[in-house]
Amino acid sequence: MEKQPAIQLKNITKVFGKVIANKDINLTAYRGEILSILGENGSGKTTLMNMISGIYFPDEGQIFIDEKEAVIASPKDAFSYKIGMIHQHFKLVDVFSAAENIVLGLDEGKYNLKASTEKIKRISEQYGFELDPEKKIYTMSVSEKQTVEIIKVLYRGADILILDEPTAVLTPQETEKLFNILRRMRDDGKCIIIITHKLHEVLSLSDRVSVLRKGEYVGTVNTRETSEAELTEMMVGKKVDLNIQRDEPKDTQERLVVKGITCVDRVGATVLDDVSFTAKSGEILGIAGIAGSGQRELLEAIAGLQHLSSGEILYLNPKTNSIENLRDKTPMQIRNMGVRLSFVPEDRLGMGLVGNMDIIDNMMLRSYSKGHTLFLERKNPKDLAMKIIHDLEVVTPSASTPVRRLSGGNVQKVLVGREIAASPTVLMVAYPVRGLDINSSYMIYNLLNEQKAKGVAVIFVGEDLDVLIELCDRIMVIGSGRITGVVDGRTATKEEIGLLMTKSKHSEEDAGNE
Amino acid sequence: MNNTEKKVHEPVFHVVKRDDMPLWKAWLIRMATIVVSFFIVGFLSIAVTGQSFAGTYETMFSGVFGRLFEGHTTMLWKYLQEIVILLSLALALTPAFKMKFWNCGAEGQALMGGLASIICMIELGDKLPYGALLAVIAITSILAGAIWGVIPAIFKALFNTNETLFTLMMNYIATQIIAYYVYIKGGGSNVINPVSAGNFPSVAGNDYFVNIAIVTVITVVMYIYLKYSKQGYEISVVGESQNTARYVGINVKKVIIRTMIISGALCGITGMLLVAGKDHSININSVGGQGFTAILMSWLGQFNPFIMVVMTAIVVFLRIGVAKVVDTALLNSSFSEIMVGVVILMLVGCEFFIHYSIKFKHKKEAGV
Repeated sequence: MEKQPAIQLKNITKVFGKVIANKDINLTAYRGEILSILGENGSGKTTLMNMISGIYFPDEGQIFIDEKEAVIASPKDAFSYKIGMIHQHFKLVDVFSAAENIVLGLDEGKYNLKASTEKIKRISEQYGFELDPEKKIYTMSVSEKQTVEIIKVLYRGADILILDEPTAVLTPQETEKLFNILRRMRDDGKCIIIITHKLHEVLSLSDRVSVLRKGEYVGTVNTRETSEAELTEMMVGKKVDLNIQRDEPKDTQERLVVKGITCVDRVGATVLDDVSFTAKSGEILGIAGIAGSGQRELLEAIAGLQHLSSGEILYLNPKTNSIENLRDKTPMQIRNMGVRLSFVPEDRLGMGLVGNMDIIDNMMLRSYSKGHTLFLERKNPKDLAMKIIHDLEVVTPSASTPVRRLSGGNVQKVLVGREIAASPTVLMVAYPVRGLDINSSYMIYNLLNEQKAKGVAVIFVGEDLDVLIELCDRIMVIGSGRITGVVDGRTATKEEIGLLMTKSKHSEEDAGNE
Repeated sequence: MNNTEKKVHEPVFHVVKRDDMPLWKAWLIRMATIVVSFFIVGFLSIAVTGQSFAGTYETMFSGVFGRLFEGHTTMLWKYLQEIVILLSLALALTPAFKMKFWNCGAEGQALMGGLASIICMIELGDKLPYGALLAVIAITSILAGAIWGVIPAIFKALFNTNETLFTLMMNYIATQIIAYYVYIKGGGSNVINPVSAGNFPSVAGNDYFVNIAIVTVITVVMYIYLKYSKQGYEISVVGESQNTARYVGINVKKVIIRTMIISGALCGITGMLLVAGKDHSININSVGGQGFTAILMSWLGQFNPFIMVVMTAIVVFLRIGVAKVVDTALLNSSFSEIMVGVVILMLVGCEFFIHYSIKFKHKKEAGV
């Protein structure tokens, strides 16, 4: 089949201040193919795609659509070139129905929702979407919302589709469904560009892979002729050992016993429903689940940041052998009780650290109130900052650089470093490698393993099931605020966990009929 | 495709954010802006008054410093006095602003402090010894300002009300209370004649020395408080991220209330300086909108007390100097306020060029 270039990028450069986000990028995507743009976080994938979809304007270089030069200065221009982008964060009106969202802002002459609904149904049938056009957005699951976003750009006639990390929020089953739809679109002659950093998805879905590294174009390979190892090497620039080490847990003891906790949010919805589990010293307990199933609330409840409507959180102090109930205690009270609890929250700069403060002042967050003087003591925090910068290889101009200026990986090293420096007995980490490059991710895994070896009870909330299966001793699955199962990390499969993730109260009752 | 005949048009320029400007360069831009704005103010004044170029600046200078070079320091002291009033309001707002609590109520908090002072001076002036009277004046005005400041803070902490509107509304209440008090005490004339009891002492023959000394101390203490104290650190953390504050166990409600007590108390002190140290009387215009100018001073000083000293000095210089220029030319006094507005606007505007750069696009030949 003669391949027709849909979109060509020539010498595209984009600079933000001192940061070169894209440098001299040349790239071609053809009709009837799925092209993966692979690269670590910060390699410039999203910036590049934002220039194609009119959000940024390139500082240098040209874009050709169907071999004619195009100027894309706004998303509207992009739309006139039939380019549609599906962002990582959905942009939908919650109280509108799917159909209303799809036609929103579109000038088709007359507003005729019935005709539009028909068109939406035709598109759905053509590519195999499952969508009820009349369903309201706020009642939808994440995967359904994504479907709406995709149909939205198809409805507008897009034949070049760009998807930014589309699988980040999906279960393995949903991902497979999405991939089938994308394949069907490809066969229909559309040009699909998918941004990702997950290697196995690249290999199973795309026809060709273009790799970016630190804003520069590394090369393009045919998926059939490449391997995970080769792609990683292109992405990182050197060979990387992709195996995560896992030692057998040694003399485990019960450290944290959570008994039937229930938590209701501000609007009265139950976010944690009768959750019970035990975290043991010397092991890593993984928590898997679709994003927003109560993982954040569970960790915050243990850290003293959520009000519980029932249940108990018992801490078994290894020093005194006493049992403390942490329920309804503030973080300060928990610390004063002698509970060594460290917590690396999901929102690093919004909760774990203060972005505008430097590394030294961020070290002080945990310890500033020590002592009876009115004034701050900056000597120890400074020493700690220097030690963390040295030990964890934090790349920063100095210890007095605001942490928001650091890259994602370095921000995380600062945060994890501080939490580990408190020599915890319980260490909770939420999505600790999200947005991190491969080297930083492996450093974090090693740090968690070190803590495990020291006898710390590690609780790890993760999203990448491959990692959870390789790293954790036990994996607890949470779905809609309930624990749907606990599996052994050494024997569990992704499919098994994926099924537990979507298992709800309702399907549990139906299970007998199937 | 339908865009074949579409011309290749490139935007003339686009704006790019930058955060790599070195500090000295940023300050160079700010200083240049101040110089340029002084020229603009000069030219506008010349255009309106018809005076000569040199004459305008001479009038401005003599309006501020008087006959300083001939040994007369009266005007200089007055200038300093005006600076410290504005400065002390800016200092009062700074801890609240650092906490991202938008206290727009300096006007009212200062008026309440002033009211406490004048009541003490009138009612207790002949009943208490001088020293005790001064102590009572200080305590009551600090309390009055603190109470006026803490009311919106309590509502913010407990019910998350909007502090901007709340503090703003509290200003109108304060103004009306003052109006009522002046109406009672001033009889038909609606003016309270200067009270002689409870005035700050003159030091070395200078009436304003005490005010200037007090604000100097506050400036230094505020700098230390914000930068080196635990409470100052807590204020920064709460201001930057309440979630982080909660996460490390800071009691956010307590910090909001405590900080607004400090902010209000300092405004109360300013009211005392105005009444006991300067006017010896009170009316609804005693603070005269400086509570709002102080908001800008705090921001332009980037919450650093020492930079605020410079900023207030510049703004007060313009206010007095241009007032003198228009005075000699028998113009409306609003002109001086317009000029101060021009300078502040330019100072705010120059921040745009510090944080963003503008890139012009070279037009390229299509198909190259």
